[in-house]
Amino acid sequence: MAFRRVVVTGLGAITPVGSTVPTYWDGLRQGLSGAAPITRFDASKFKTRFACEVKDYSPDNYFDRKEGRKMDLFTQFAVIASDEAIKDAGLLEGVNKDRVGVIWGSGIGGLKTFQEESFNFAKGDGTPRYNPFFIPKMIADSSSGNISIKNGFRGPNFVTTSACASSSDAIVAAYNYIRLGMADVVVTGGSEAAVTEAGVGGFNALKAMSERNDDALTASRPYDKDRDGFVLGEGAGALVIEAYEHAQARGAKIYAEIIGGGLSSDAYHITAPDPTGEGVVLVMQNALQDAGIKPEEVDYINTHGTSTPLGDGAEIKAIQKVFGEHAYNLNISSTKSMTGHLLGGAGGIEAVASILAIQHGIIPPTINHVTDDPELDARLNFTFNEAQVREVNVAMSNTFGFGGHNTSVVFRKFKA
Amino acid sequence: MSEIAEKVKAIIIDKLGVEASEVTPEASFTNDLGADSLDTVELIMEFEKEFNVSIPDDQAENIGTVGQAISYLEEHAK
Repeated sequence: MAFRRVVVTGLGAITPVGSTVPTYWDGLRQGLSGAAPITRFDASKFKTRFACEVKDYSPDNYFDRKEGRKMDLFTQFAVIASDEAIKDAGLLEGVNKDRVGVIWGSGIGGLKTFQEESFNFAKGDGTPRYNPFFIPKMIADSSSGNISIKNGFRGPNFVTTSACASSSDAIVAAYNYIRLGMADVVVTGGSEAAVTEAGVGGFNALKAMSERNDDALTASRPYDKDRDGFVLGEGAGALVIEAYEHAQARGAKIYAEIIGGGLSSDAYHITAPDPTGEGVVLVMQNALQDAGIKPEEVDYINTHGTSTPLGDGAEIKAIQKVFGEHAYNLNISSTKSMTGHLLGGAGGIEAVASILAIQHGIIPPTINHVTDDPELDARLNFTFNEAQVREVNVAMSNTFGFGGHNTSVVFRKFKA
Repeated sequence: MSEIAEKVKAIIIDKLGVEASEVTPEASFTNDLGADSLDTVELIMEFEKEFNVSIPDDQAENIGTVGQAISYLEEHAK
């Protein structure tokens, strides 16, 4: 059985460096840092007091009050980004909505909602007064559920959860459903909104986050010698992907083609990356094999690169192992240096960045680079500090999650 | 209008996102004010909290309009 070709026909984003796709791309090109002191709660007693929040966000700008109140922030972001992608793809008219699915990613779900309801119960006298919207707001699949309800999409609908690989897994699942013929179009991507007391406190306890409070703007510094952890981000990235013949028949514009997806597991530790990078080698090999391309055909890797001391090095070693000498020809960059780490939303916004790199022939930079890490091969091109012009035919987007989940997605410039 | 009626109206406007002019005594939560079953549960909970009463489920089922809520609470509020 021949698989169907799958193309990207719509993009959406709400991120710490821009709240629409054009402003997000401008932010990435210019090397904007999204980090700033936390505004969502009083963080004065926390080890980390900054994050990459979506700037000037008010649900009232997007939802009527009753509608917004019934969605956790991660679902609001999901609906906003997917609305942009759906509009961009011209998906609301002239398509059979029974054949349109929604496969979304979220690593955590409604953390704020869970936290608030638990606080309220703990403050009371033991009488349960849980809000009837508590569960439907909190569960991770309220994101894909709300997107389908709003738009009437009756195809496959679910959420993937694999921590920071969640939305890449959603994209790969969506790609599979379409190429197998189980849907014609899928709205995919992912979102996260974990800048809460529980989120920041929890990640601080894991010693996973940067504590560079005196210089928040430059705290996310993947591949720098002095990197000290990731910077928490929030937001959503959305793609509309569809069968090529379906896109062609309705005259949709095509951004790029998805040509492969790879998955693997470290099988090593629940939070620490395997320092040998074996699982990461495997995931990129799997993705290349699925795409049916040689390593030499890849131009750009949008890395997982979270700015943690261990993870960054393991990924780079793995890239060198998979790509050999060609590693020196690659552009490598971590856009998390600008957006922070969107956890389950990372694969969504980084897929958008990878596709726009193909479209514009520009590699977004790894900003905040000050000091070379002697452990990393200085001959590699990390796209430090400034965007680089380069024609990109093939881009790979890597994301890895707690639990040892690894996912790579491969996009290629579209040729009929 | 009684103080209780004012508070009931304010809760309904807040939770259901409707205009004050729509919140007439005859208005049904579900038929006129756009509430679904979960909204109705939430309204009852808000009334319980605001007026410090406990409304048993079998009585909550009989509170379907603005007027019914006001009468119930005027009778039972502490």
